[in-house]
Order: sequence, then structure tokens, then C-alpha cells
Amino acid sequence: MSGMTAEMKKIKKAEQKEAKLRMKQISKENNKIIKKFEKEKKRKKVDPSEYQTTMENPDNIIEIDNLHTYFFTDMGTVKSVNGVSIEVPKGKTVALVGESGCGKSVTSLSVMKLVQGPTGQIVDGAIRYNRKGGAVDIVKTPISEMQHIRGNEIAMIFQEPMTSLNPIFTIGYQIDETIKLHRPDMKDEDIKKQTIEMLKLVGIARAEGIYDCYPHELSGGMRQRVMIAMSLSCDPQFIIADEPTTALDVTIQAQILDLLRDIKQKIDASILLITHDLGVVAEMADYVVVMYAGKIVEQGTAHEVFLNPKHPYTMGLIKSKPAVGKVVDRLYSIPGAVPNPVSMPNYCFFKDRCDKCLAKCNGDIPELRYISEDHKVACHLYDSKGGK
Amino acid sequence: MSENILEVKELKKYFPIKAGVIQRVVGHVKAVDGISFNIKKGSTFGLVGESGCGKTTVGRTLLRLQESSGGSVMFDDKDVFKLSNKQLRAIRPDMQLIFQDPYSSLSPRMPVGEIIGEGVREHNIVPKEEYRSYIMSIMEKCGLQPHHIDRYPHEFSGGQRQRICIARAIALKPKVIVCDEPVSALDVSIQAQIINLLKDLQEEFGYSYLFISHDLSVVEHISDEVGVMYLGNLVEKAPKEELFKNPKHPYTKALFSAIPVPDPTVKMNRIILEGDIPSPANPPSGCKFHTRCQHCMEICKTVAPEYRDYGNEHFVACHLYDNE
Repeated sequence: MSGMTAEMKKIKKAEQKEAKLRMKQISKENNKIIKKFEKEKKRKKVDPSEYQTTMENPDNIIEIDNLHTYFFTDMGTVKSVNGVSIEVPKGKTVALVGESGCGKSVTSLSVMKLVQGPTGQIVDGAIRYNRKGGAVDIVKTPISEMQHIRGNEIAMIFQEPMTSLNPIFTIGYQIDETIKLHRPDMKDEDIKKQTIEMLKLVGIARAEGIYDCYPHELSGGMRQRVMIAMSLSCDPQFIIADEPTTALDVTIQAQILDLLRDIKQKIDASILLITHDLGVVAEMADYVVVMYAGKIVEQGTAHEVFLNPKHPYTMGLIKSKPAVGKVVDRLYSIPGAVPNPVSMPNYCFFKDRCDKCLAKCNGDIPELRYISEDHKVACHLYDSKGGK
Repeated sequence: MSENILEVKELKKYFPIKAGVIQRVVGHVKAVDGISFNIKKGSTFGLVGESGCGKTTVGRTLLRLQESSGGSVMFDDKDVFKLSNKQLRAIRPDMQLIFQDPYSSLSPRMPVGEIIGEGVREHNIVPKEEYRSYIMSIMEKCGLQPHHIDRYPHEFSGGQRQRICIARAIALKPKVIVCDEPVSALDVSIQAQIINLLKDLQEEFGYSYLFISHDLSVVEHISDEVGVMYLGNLVEKAPKEELFKNPKHPYTKALFSAIPVPDPTVKMNRIILEGDIPSPANPPSGCKFHTRCQHCMEICKTVAPEYRDYGNEHFVACHLYDNE
């Protein structure tokens, strides 16, 4: 008995040693790649012509084109976003749906160029942003220029209102700061006036009182309103809402969704809504994008995707959500779990969890293709249909 | 023996608010303010409400993880609050708890077998020589690979961790399991797996659940009876079909209408509640809901409504139905 354990210990030790060696090798290679990207990022003088571009469709506010964002970790390269293309038309809401870890948040952070470096890098692709003075490619835009865009033209509402406000500054100070940064020629009184107006806009009744409050004095719903007010304070054209209601109760969620819809109409902005709650999507979105393991599996208008889902993953997601008023004996559940992000299979990522597998699914990764005018699916089931 | 496994009567839990240098008690947060319900053997009682309404406190207090401020909990004809420490220890295995967050409720320094087995060893559920095989069989029942017994929690995904929590609870052969938001930290597809697992286990072993959640659609799916809490009180309680077909209390109606429906063609006629839940340290007079209620009358501001049965075991506390 004891002899065997000693033997096993030996094997285990050898394995550990090998793993360590492999890790070292990978990190060495990663360092080389990362250095290249960081050097590119740190360049001081970048000619505007380098990042200027033209929109494919001038009616879009954002065009994400074949975006690849990778994380170079010591365990291997994680392809968080692996060839994602999304268009956000002006004045519309596009929802990005998927499980945790599917790359929805990384996509949105890429748009803001806030991906955690140096491990996280935008490797390939373009993000065309329809700026007022002419379109730019965010991927190539230098940080100094991005600072004028971030929070000013493109705003982001983060998931956790509890952690994204600074606990040691007053609400008023934190919103003032944003405005001060982007509108340096404004007077202090005007800034305060604007802040209070913003707080009123998001439905905070006692705006003057709240101005001097600290974040801990407010409830979760109020904090989320403050976050929204902050993101709206510079009249953004484009709002990224990263799970804006996930941390909130249903009744408060209803208030916030109502508010978002209202505000969108008032300031005529476009929204990229990131969520895993299909109910929220159905209510808010004009277009839906379903992501799975870094790739888009289905894309279309909200009507098409909800009423006529094509990809087995989308169908599973819709079926596995219990709905009030619909009694089922057993909930449908998608078997298994998301594959390991470091070693992705070279066939359809969903194959191992899919109940509609064909022989073809062992082959190439299916491409995203049109099955009708406003509906795209990446699945071999629909190879014969469409393909326009 | 009655058909109820758990009878909760007028359960109260007040937390003192202390102030000043000598920590004088200046008031109380009435987290749970006199609620009563029964759980039938082998059935599920769902408890719904917003955060801060006292759902979790109910669960913790009736397990006597914290001392109550009043009321009684009868479990198997024993009053849980009057048991001595020794007697309490004897019934501990019968009442188990599954926590909300599978990331913080598992010790990162213990292998899975140890996490599940700690209570088993402590309470001598199985003889020593069967210990390991017993834990493996429990793991298998919960959909975990038995050979993962020596792995650590960080090697598992969220859904698997929640399975470990469930395994830890059922390893002690309990009669009642308090599930405190067991699925709210999980993704939709994983959520369905866990709910199915809980239902399967109930069918196989006849557990009774107290299912605490803020997600009405989940509660509707799993419960036999549902209670709606608001600021430490039950405002409505009814069998599931009755409650979902015929909600009476304005708060319940508002909760129902707030749920987003995954269908873009449905345009909801939504009742949006104004403002936030009031502070439980200083609750409104009369009906606690009157500050946010759309049907508020004069009487609501002064007189607390009676919690009454309106037939079909449908209990409501609201002045709107005084005349019925």
C-alpha cells in the first residue's frame, strides 16, 4: 500500500515539474507577443490619418468588424473574443446575450479600449466608430485620443453599482469630475447645475440633497441611477450598459429599464446592452446577438431570434428559463458546461452539448451566415438553406 | 404526528441598533416581525421578496443559527427555540442550509470530500469504514464525478460548486433543507440544472424545502406554496396555483408585473413601484406598504391590516379586501 503511494507521489512530482516547465515556456513566448503590442500602444506621436477610417454604413454608430481579443496567460492563450462582428445602428438598442465567460464583457471593454493589459490585447479586427468629425478606428486610436472619447462620447454603465462608485467621495464630486474633465471651459457653478439636472433626469427626487451624499447612504437602485446619471453627464452618443440590472431586485430592475428606455428617447443615443437575462433583452432590444465561447452563434432582430430561434444553444437558453404562468414538469437544461477556454476544440464549440448533432459537426467550425434577411446563424443544421 | 414538518409561529427577529460610547440600544431593526407559515412533509415552501425584506433572516433564525426575538418553530413536535445545546446538536443534521453564493461558502483549503464529509463524521452518519464510499455515492447523486473527491473547490465551476453545497447538505440525511437563493448566482442554463437536481432529490428522498428567492419564475416552478414578504411581514400566502392565478395584494401584483417576459411581442402593462423599500429600523405606520402602494386609502396610513384567510388557504394582509 505504502509502496504504491510512494510510486504515485513520484509520478505526481514529475507531472508537476513538467507543467512548470511548460508554463515557463508559454510565458516566455507570451512576453514576446505582449511586448510587440505594448510598444505599438505606447507610441507617442500617431498621425490622425493612421486611425481615421470610413464607415461601411453611415447609419451605424459602431461597427465591430472581426474583432479578436486574446488573453495571453501562463496556461495558454484564451481567445475571449474570437472573430466577432456587430453593427449598432444609430438610435437602436443591440443586446449581447450569453453565459458568463462567453466574452460579452470583453467585447464591450474592447470598444472602450479598457481590456486589462498587458495580458489582454486586441489582436486583430477593427472597431469603427462614427465620430462627429469623421469615423475612427478605435483599435488604432492612441490612448490620448481615447481619453476624449471615453466617458464623453461613449459612456459605460457598469454592472456593480456597489463597487464602481468611489466610497470616499460624494456623489456630486464624482459626477462633477467627469464633466470637468471633458468640459474644461465650464464654470464650477454650471457644472454643479448640470450634475443636479442629470440626477433629476434619472429620477432622483431630492437631487440637491443626494449631491452631497456618499455612496453608502444610497440603496442599490439609487446607486445604479447615479451611475446612469454619471454616464449621461457628457451627452454620449453611444452607451454601453454592462449588465445594468443584474445586481438589482425585480421591482428596481423594472424602474431602471424604464428609465433607460426613456433616456434613450430623450437624448437619442444608441445602446449596447449586455446581459444574460433573456427577459430583459426581449423588452429592451431591437437586435439580439447571442454569443457562445467567444463567437457569435446567432444574430438577428429581437423578433426573429425570440420567436424563431435557430441555433440549438439559443433554443436551449430560451427553454431553460422558467416563465411565470407556464407550468412545466421539468426544466430543460443544456447538458455539460462551456469548454475549457485554453484548449478549444477544432470543431463546432457547442457540439459536445448539442442534442441535434450531425456527422458534419465534427468537421469545420460553422460560419455565421444569413438564413433570412435579418437573421444569421452559425450552425451546420442550416447549411443547405440560404447561404446568401 | 402532524402532516407538517415545520410549523413557524409569530417568528420575530429584532437586531438592536447601538449608539454612543457605552453602546446603548437606541432602537431595533425589525428584520422579521411576526411571520407564520407551515411546511408540509415533502413539499416546498417558497419565500419571495426584495432584498432587505428579511427572507434570509427567516431562514437563519428558524435554523437557530441566530437567536430569535420571539415566536416558536416546531420541528417534528419539538420547539427548536427551547432545545438545550445538546438536544439542538442532535437535530442539527435534520435541518440543513444551502447558501446563495457557491464561491464564498466553500472553504478553499479543504478538498471536496472533506467539505462534504465533515458533518458526516461529526454526526456519525455512517460507520467509519463506509465513510469514503458513502461520500462518493452522495457526490454521484448530485451529479459530481466521484473521482473528484480529492480536488479543491477552485477547480470547479459555479454550477459544480453549488452541487458540492447541495451534496454537503444532503450527506447528513436531512428532513428540511433551507435553500437561500441557491440559483441566483448562476447562469440560466446552469440554473435549470440545479433546479432539476433539487427536484429529483426531493422526489427520491422526500425532503422538504424552504426555498428563498427573489426570482418569482423560479419560485413558481419549484414551490407548492408561496409566501410573499415585505419589510419583515408576510403580506400574502397561498398555494402556488392560487397565488399565481389570483394575486390579491398590490405588492404581489407589482412584483408579478415587474418580471421581464422573454417574448418581444408581449408589451407589458407594468405597475412600476415608486421609490425604494423603506428602512426596517423605522417602518411606516399602518400598512408598511402604503408608501409605495397605488391603492393607498386613508385607513392604510394608520391601521395595520389584518392577515386573514380569504378561502382556498389564501392569506392576505390588505385593507382592500376588508369587506369580503
